[in-house]
Amino acid sequence: MTLRLRGLKARGLAPIDFELAAGECVAVMGPSGSGKSLLLRAIADLDPNEGAAALDNEDRTAMTAPEWRRRIGYLAPVPGWWADRVGAHFPDREGAEPLIEALGFEAAAFDWPVARLSTGEGQRLALARLLVGAPRVLLLDEPTGAVDEASRDAVEDLLKQRLSAGVPILLVTHDKNQARRLAKRALKIDKGVVREAAP
Amino acid sequence: MNPIALSNLDLALAAGLVLVHAALSLALSLGLGKQLIIAVSRMVIQLALLGLVLQFLFETVSPWLTLLAAFVMIGFAGHEAVARIGRKFRGAWGHGIGTASVLVAAMLITTYTLATQVQPDPWYHPRYAIPLLGMVLGNTLTGVSLGLNTLTATASRERVAIEAQLALGATIWRAMRPTLREAMRSGLIPIINSMVATGLIAIPGMMTGQILAGASPETAIRYQLLVMFMIAGGTGIGVFAAVYAGTWRLTDARHRLRLDRLAQAQTD
Repeated sequence: MTLRLRGLKARGLAPIDFELAAGECVAVMGPSGSGKSLLLRAIADLDPNEGAAALDNEDRTAMTAPEWRRRIGYLAPVPGWWADRVGAHFPDREGAEPLIEALGFEAAAFDWPVARLSTGEGQRLALARLLVGAPRVLLLDEPTGAVDEASRDAVEDLLKQRLSAGVPILLVTHDKNQARRLAKRALKIDKGVVREAAP
Repeated sequence: MNPIALSNLDLALAAGLVLVHAALSLALSLGLGKQLIIAVSRMVIQLALLGLVLQFLFETVSPWLTLLAAFVMIGFAGHEAVARIGRKFRGAWGHGIGTASVLVAAMLITTYTLATQVQPDPWYHPRYAIPLLGMVLGNTLTGVSLGLNTLTATASRERVAIEAQLALGATIWRAMRPTLREAMRSGLIPIINSMVATGLIAIPGMMTGQILAGASPETAIRYQLLVMFMIAGGTGIGVFAAVYAGTWRLTDARHRLRLDRLAQAQTD
């Protein structure tokens, strides 16, 4: 599964040509407000944008936006919840159980009220919620920005499993060590301009 | 029974009651003196002008002048419907959605009522058309205003939750459903409350006016029921049209939430 971008641009983001190969992780780095999240949101088609984005030569314009987003798994830096209980966000509880356990939760977490989640717990559960749908590409915006060290390791283990299965990952992170652990390539963004760099 | 005519002296004596209001404002340093003078002056001038316009319309009984008066009323109602919304739609859309919603609701309901229930001769007679339109407009604009205000405020507040669903592959209509429901509810609750209270807690102004003007209580109640049904129908159509049109404008064909189409909230 290869993600290809041709001349993708959005407000605050200069045109970018880029390829993300199967099983490859590319770190996206840069100062706050430089355009990292804009890049991921443009690929996920959540903001108005121009240019081409395709998965294995299948252009996103050939499918509906919801279908594209089911294939391109985008995780926002702040998780969103639309029901009172955690379990209501997981229609397939059986499928989700191994994932939340791998991220350090017990099945009882499904009954937790969303209001009691810490930011880190919310981030990990939102990642599990995304992975249940088995997207073909992962666009992760600071997935461990607010988690402790042990939880960060659990998240990285899960991401390595996905990489081994051939799922490519575009990972926004401020953690250079995490970038080195997971990625062989990096994109540096400054004022919306993207250039390739070492992780 | 003929209505008891009110002289200018009677009105002047009633206006004296406003002096009590003004005295309280002064005594308590409420700073409402200027607003009170403007409000009272506006009301007197607006009603006096309305009286002249209605008198002219009733004497001419012209379909075109009646239609012109209706459009002027709808234009003001459309403006008022969006005037106090926290985050308005940018450009012409703000007034466009408000005006189109009250236009569709008020014209449909008033025409239906005139043609099938009241049936004056001619059917557009301004003595019936203008007051009925006014009653529907006044209430519809409140519902439209509340519905649009809740829609834009809730969509802004729930942006993260809405986009989380979109990112997982939900359609925009699915992700917006709770927001849409909340907006519809807030637009419709006032008219539901009003119907519950009518006759028990509050005696409606129109019914009171008819009784004072010599109509029998039964006739006044029948007209009041007719008007309440019209208002309920008009508010329902207006709120539905405004909230759906607003949602359509707040989204796009690629199932995105377009908060960039809203102006920044006004702070005062």
